[in-house]
Amino acid sequence: MEENPGIVINVQGGGSTAGIQATLNRTCDIGSSSRNLKPEERGLKVILIALDGIAVILHKSSPIDDLTVEQVRGMFSGKIRSWKDLDGQNKAVIPVTREEGSGTRASFEDMIMGEEDISDACLVQDSNGAVREIIATTPQGVGYISVGLVDDREKAVAIGGVEPSLANLITEKYRFSRPFLLLLREEPTGNAKRFIEYVLSPEGQELLGQSGLIPANQVVVD
Amino acid sequence: MKDKIAEKLLLFIALSAILSLLLITFFIFQQGIPLIFKAGLGNFFALKWAPTRGGFGILSMIVGSLMVTIGALAVGIPFGLAGAIFLAEFSSKTIQKTLKPIIELLAGIPSVVYGFIGIVILVPFIRETFGGPGFSVLAASVILGIMILPTIVSISYDALLAVPNTYREGSYALGATKWQTIVMVLLHAARSGIVAGIILGMGRAIGETMAVIMIAGNALKIPGSILDSVRTLTSTIALELGYAAGDHRAALFACGSILFLIIIVLNIIAIRITSRK
Repeated sequence: MEENPGIVINVQGGGSTAGIQATLNRTCDIGSSSRNLKPEERGLKVILIALDGIAVILHKSSPIDDLTVEQVRGMFSGKIRSWKDLDGQNKAVIPVTREEGSGTRASFEDMIMGEEDISDACLVQDSNGAVREIIATTPQGVGYISVGLVDDREKAVAIGGVEPSLANLITEKYRFSRPFLLLLREEPTGNAKRFIEYVLSPEGQELLGQSGLIPANQVVVD
Repeated sequence: MKDKIAEKLLLFIALSAILSLLLITFFIFQQGIPLIFKAGLGNFFALKWAPTRGGFGILSMIVGSLMVTIGALAVGIPFGLAGAIFLAEFSSKTIQKTLKPIIELLAGIPSVVYGFIGIVILVPFIRETFGGPGFSVLAASVILGIMILPTIVSISYDALLAVPNTYREGSYALGATKWQTIVMVLLHAARSGIVAGIILGMGRAIGETMAVIMIAGNALKIPGSILDSVRTLTSTIALELGYAAGDHRAALFACGSILFLIIIVLNIIAIRITSRK
């Protein structure tokens, strides 16, 4: 905005489904989504701008550094209720999930939960920050947040032996990430084109990197 | 002439307040009620809440709201009533003049501050002392109990002061002690005011959102004990409205409609009781 005064961009929230629908029915020039399109939503031009890894986090004091997908799934579905089977401590697992409708929750359900439902017994918080706050202060907690938001008050564990490190994310070795997409009906023109060029420029990509995402220009697809 | 203009202007302003209330009521019900019928009453007052996958059951949240409210009253009534009795019957004018404004100041503290104190002090205390996640019915009850204190204390205090002194004198003349006078005469005479204060406090507890979201944990499961996490109607609306669309959004308005009805009924009861003198 500082470099392009005079251009007005109206930002509208509402989640990925709202972004996709708005693009399909022409209410906006550029839509955005934090998940891949479903088959019935195809027909839009999709531009990947960044990846957002989802990290499973535990309290700093936990001796666990590595979990399998099945173990994470079990803790959130309510099948694993005690840490006894994981680190030997006879304490209840306190899983913290995101609220119904959240994109992070939808991605977590897709990538980790599969066919199983997240248990009703999980604590529910409505932001990455709130989940992180609980995990940072609850020794028995387990939660999931964007990789970029993990700080030193809690720890992100490896899943199936793969750590959610930058290197593993950009090579997509760490599989639990979701795309941040811009959506268009047709080839962009005018200001829409300039906006997209800006987002994909080294400068725009660096800004995305600073906010904890993996900029698309770093992703190595093999 | 000027009087007439002023009168009409004030009338208009008074009516606009009523009009906005009507508009809000209409809007909430218009957005929420169709979904209740679409989902069916049986599915609406059921357990399964998964609004993005067709589950619209709000039973666990109704139970949650009631549990938290009852818990808040269990904390707020004894302390509130005791405070009011002390202020009205046992303290000098100076103490009354100092303490009452301080208690009323509690009402001015933003609920997010109560929630924060809950997270930092109460939740870890409960987790370490009693076990469980700490985010619990108990934590929410204690914090809400403190939040409704000013309502209960000030209304009960006013009701106790309004009891004519002749009642006290008559009671002493019959040989009653001070304690007997309070329990047998004053609390009876001030009953309607005290009950109204409790019901208004109850309305505040059931409608409170921010503090409850922060300390109740918001798990959907109906709690098995007061150390378990709990989800209320208000927290569901505030947690999920951000990303809700379509039927999910309508379901949140339906929650709002139910909450609205509960609070209207409580207020009507309170008004009935206070006007029956």
